[in-house]
Amino acid sequence: MAKITFITSDNEKITLEGDSGNVMQLAVNNSVKGIDGDCGGVCSCATCHVFVSENDIAKVGEASEIEVDMLELADDANEFSRLCCQIEISDAIDGVELTVAK
Amino acid sequence: MSETKTCVVIGASHAGVNFAFALRQEGWEGNIILFDKDETLPYHRPPLSKKYLELEDSIQNNLLKPEDSYLKENISLKLGKSIININREDRTLTLEGGEVQKYDKLVLATGARAFVPPIKGLKDAKNVFTLRNIADVNGIREALNTSTAKKVVVIGGGYIGLETAASLKKLGADVTVLEREERILARVTTPYLSNFFYDLHDTNGVKIYAEKEVTEVSKVGDKNMVICSDGSSYEADLIIVGVGIKVNSELAEKIGLTIENGIRVETTAQTSDKDIYAIGDCNCHYNTFYDTFIRLESVQNAVDQAKVAAKNICGKTAVYDALPWFWSDQYDVKLQIVGLSKGHDETVVRVEDDKKFSIWYFKGDRLLAVDSINNAKSYVFGTKYIKSKALIDKLKLADPNSELKSISIA
Repeated sequence: MAKITFITSDNEKITLEGDSGNVMQLAVNNSVKGIDGDCGGVCSCATCHVFVSENDIAKVGEASEIEVDMLELADDANEFSRLCCQIEISDAIDGVELTVAK
Repeated sequence: MSETKTCVVIGASHAGVNFAFALRQEGWEGNIILFDKDETLPYHRPPLSKKYLELEDSIQNNLLKPEDSYLKENISLKLGKSIININREDRTLTLEGGEVQKYDKLVLATGARAFVPPIKGLKDAKNVFTLRNIADVNGIREALNTSTAKKVVVIGGGYIGLETAASLKKLGADVTVLEREERILARVTTPYLSNFFYDLHDTNGVKIYAEKEVTEVSKVGDKNMVICSDGSSYEADLIIVGVGIKVNSELAEKIGLTIENGIRVETTAQTSDKDIYAIGDCNCHYNTFYDTFIRLESVQNAVDQAKVAAKNICGKTAVYDALPWFWSDQYDVKLQIVGLSKGHDETVVRVEDDKKFSIWYFKGDRLLAVDSINNAKSYVFGTKYIKSKALIDKLKLADPNSELKSISIA
């Protein structure tokens, strides 16, 4: 079980719990604003862009090559960017904070 | 006293569902009623021929929105309901069974259905499936599980046929693909990419035969024989038909909306009736990038048009001017396509390695589209360059040692 906090562009903080699947699905299932997940989670659309808080980078891990490339579609991407359909939910990411990109 | 307005949506797939949620987000305070004849909670369609088929995944993991979110957003989801008529004057719909539903705004998100060609004996053959709905996939799985020889013939070497072939192969089936044209994917891509996919399937043990026009399906014992015009025949426990679609535009046609390769809409997604919109696979719209009317079958088109229609119905101005993009996953290969290659007169192939390359389509100096194989970087730069109408140095582009960010001249 992992608790994940999303901070939306309205500065709303939403903390959700999940135990399997990916973070995008968790966000979509709970209507987190700004996470669309149009492609269903296959790293094809870049509509689930989040910024991982600096302290949580190690927990969440690095983006894969395809993910890094896809992130270039987002003008505001930086070294903290991830496409959250590529982040698997597990105990390892308990407590992370993700800011939803605009 | 103001009366509560009602927006009715026919079709609860990618376009219809995204529209309903977008409409609420844009501030529509009235009723939202979403009809679909499918009885399953609305789900993602692309995984049906891929992950869902292959991993025997649960539909719960493939829902477009969780069940309770419809309740939360006060969207009335009415599944298993067919609409048989629309009355434009009264602004009412008639459901199968006679029930009448009033609307103020109507959105047609009716999509398309799999086309089954009139091949002799096909209708009466055993275990014949198309692949468009969850029920199709469940049927395929069940038939495969109960078959011992697991011989599958796929009629049609397009994306659906090939994705299904790859998934069924992974499930242990003996798969043969029969393509009518001289190569697979003939209508949608270059010979280069067709050859790549041919080799990919060949390596994975799927047999592909081109120039095979299926003329008859006959029964031999409890098996099917798929017979082609050149006299060749293929045994099949299961037959998958993936030869294209028919647009669900009959309702729109019946009520006199303008139909031309689908339901003709303005860039706002409005049809020739100001209270009726059409979104997704079923509409034909003007594309600003390519200066032409097109009908697209894609998730991107459905989702982006849904947002545009929702804005317009809520009185905001929005036009659909998205650049089309698509994807296909087969085995460990990811194909990403941006743009429309139709009308190209030159292609440039950029090879990073034999499993990672991209094909760039030009008309003169203008970049029209990019097909990327395991190469998201090309897809991303292709997207940027098409949008910015950049002039590309084709020699640099063809050289994998040149960085993609520095191939633009202007």
